Amino acid sequence: MTTKPKVGFFSFTSCEGCQLVVLSMADKLLDLVGAVEVVNFREASSYKGQDYDVAIVEGAVSTVHEIQELIEIRKQAKILIAFGACAHIGGVNCMKNFDNQYEIKRAVYGDKASNFDSILAQPLDAVVKVDYYSRGCPPNRDGEELLEIVTALLQGKKPYIPNYPVCVQCKMKGNACVFHKENPITCLGPVTRAGCMAPCPSFGNACIGCRGLVDDPNLNAHQQTLTEAGLSTEDILKFYRFLNGMMEVGK
Amino acid sequence: MPKDININVHHVARVEGHGNIVINVKNGELEKVELQIIEAPRFFEAMLKGRRYPEPPQITSRICGICAVGHTTASLRGLEDALGIEPSEQTILLRKAVLEAEMLQSHVLHYYFLVAPDFFNAPSVIPLAASHPEVIKRALRMKKLADDIITVIGGRHPHPISMVIDGFTRIPTESELRRCVDELKASLKNDIPPTLELFASLKFPEFSRKTDYVSLKHPDEYAYYDGIIYSSETGTTKHRDYKNKVKEEVVLHSSAKHAKGPFKPYMVGALSRFNNNADKLMPLAKEAAKKLGLSAPNYNPYMISVAQIVESVHNIERMIYLMEELLRRGLKDEANERQAIAGWSAKLPEAKKCWGVGAVEVPRGILFHEYRIDEDGLISGANCIIPTGQNLANIEADMRELVPTILDKPKEEITLLLEMLVRAYDPCISCSTHMLKINFV
Repeated sequence: MTTKPKVGFFSFTSCEGCQLVVLSMADKLLDLVGAVEVVNFREASSYKGQDYDVAIVEGAVSTVHEIQELIEIRKQAKILIAFGACAHIGGVNCMKNFDNQYEIKRAVYGDKASNFDSILAQPLDAVVKVDYYSRGCPPNRDGEELLEIVTALLQGKKPYIPNYPVCVQCKMKGNACVFHKENPITCLGPVTRAGCMAPCPSFGNACIGCRGLVDDPNLNAHQQTLTEAGLSTEDILKFYRFLNGMMEVGK
Repeated sequence: MPKDININVHHVARVEGHGNIVINVKNGELEKVELQIIEAPRFFEAMLKGRRYPEPPQITSRICGICAVGHTTASLRGLEDALGIEPSEQTILLRKAVLEAEMLQSHVLHYYFLVAPDFFNAPSVIPLAASHPEVIKRALRMKKLADDIITVIGGRHPHPISMVIDGFTRIPTESELRRCVDELKASLKNDIPPTLELFASLKFPEFSRKTDYVSLKHPDEYAYYDGIIYSSETGTTKHRDYKNKVKEEVVLHSSAKHAKGPFKPYMVGALSRFNNNADKLMPLAKEAAKKLGLSAPNYNPYMISVAQIVESVHNIERMIYLMEELLRRGLKDEANERQAIAGWSAKLPEAKKCWGVGAVEVPRGILFHEYRIDEDGLISGANCIIPTGQNLANIEADMRELVPTILDKPKEEITLLLEMLVRAYDPCISCSTHMLKINFV
């Protein structure tokens, strides 16, 4: 990579919280500003003619228009980083994919439904090649992982992303397992990729799988654990489909 | 005089994402005024159908990265209203404090990062970091303080972790709260005075259009968490009757539904709250309003940003008050008395068929969440009415009245005044950091 790469931020279907995280760590970003040049902060359709090397993309794609824009971004960018759960695994947007698309459009927009562009929500890599993933909803450790990835790229190194479950880091933090609380809470930690330092179980709540699954999750054992804790098969599907619905269709 | 003007601003300050301003004037007559919302529709209401009843707070938090605590709170209030659950006083105090913190971080981002560059003649906040580093450092410091408080109480910012039905999955420690109080007091002393001084020196555009100001209202406090729906034109409405006041309407140029009152557009947000509740502000916030030249009622939408600054002072004073109250009472783990029903609690208390509404003030105005729960404890219906959607019709009404009065100005100035108007309503924040691209057609 050249000494001072140009970075563009782009946004698709999302809550835009990922960009907010970037803004919140502006003080740390300022240190990086010497090393990179931010040429575009958001706004997917002002990409034309912008000479960025690295595209950091937030959001899932859920309209025909967004697919076209993403393809254009991919053509321009030497490196494309999917930023946050929506870009990485489709995230919360994919929940709607399990409903009848015509019906849900009608439910929200009535007889004007056909006027609104909306297709099944998809992660970026269902459409284009993604080079790196900065995971999480919101991006974990206040965006530190994104900084680590960008820093590694600047140094010509491969970023390190753990491929073991959240339980490992949860234990490292000395948490009692949420499954064993007096009011037990079920958790996706055993199958979810670590790297976040387990903020959710540390605050007494469930891991909801926002970093996506590890490469080789033990789904059978996890399903058994969830069943023993009291979830029905339908509940288990709902739990996975909160953020990881697209995992079922072959990612 | 000319007077064919076509203005087409692509991607104004985002309104729940992406929005355009389109103005067509022919022979001096206004033909078209539209604030087009071209954001991808997300179908949250449809997603919620069939989910387990404690799930909506975690899911709806993902509607908005800027007011995630607000959505979580409105969702919890709606579900608790349906289930007939009254949370403990400690839970309410903590929720009120975290809501104030979110209000503060959103307001700071808006008036420092989005509004201020217009007055420094800067395209975005980035050049300001070089030319006015002390201003930007102060803004970041205030923002970080608010973010840290959200993290102490909610576990993370955005998308809180610990806020659940009837409680918290983790209660902050007393030393954490004491640290927050110290930092809030320092901010009140060090960062608020220069903020007031800076914004008191700026001249906001003159424009006045009286509209219907809608917010929550409470007899004892400046209403955010709790209160009755109040309209400056039509009086009070109970929260469960919100549909008598608000009706969503599909308009073809907007994927965000327009919400209107029964008779005409209305405004929600900081200026509406100020106009309806200024007498309930904390003392230093009242002083700040005087210093900034804001008195209720004020009919200038450009002053929404000023009302946000006044509210920021109130937010800090109020958080100090709420946290000192919590410390005085002593924080306790309520696990034995309260269920604290998390989204994925293994065993859910049974729910019978029920229905409820939550109405909460979030940075951009009043937010409604309505839920129906069926006999199996699943969500059978949901409706979320977002402040920006409520303001869209009012912004267009403002533009219709404003444009004819500024037609003699150069096109660039008209465009800027329109953009500043849309920005004043604080449609979204991320846009604040980049230059708006303006196309004349």
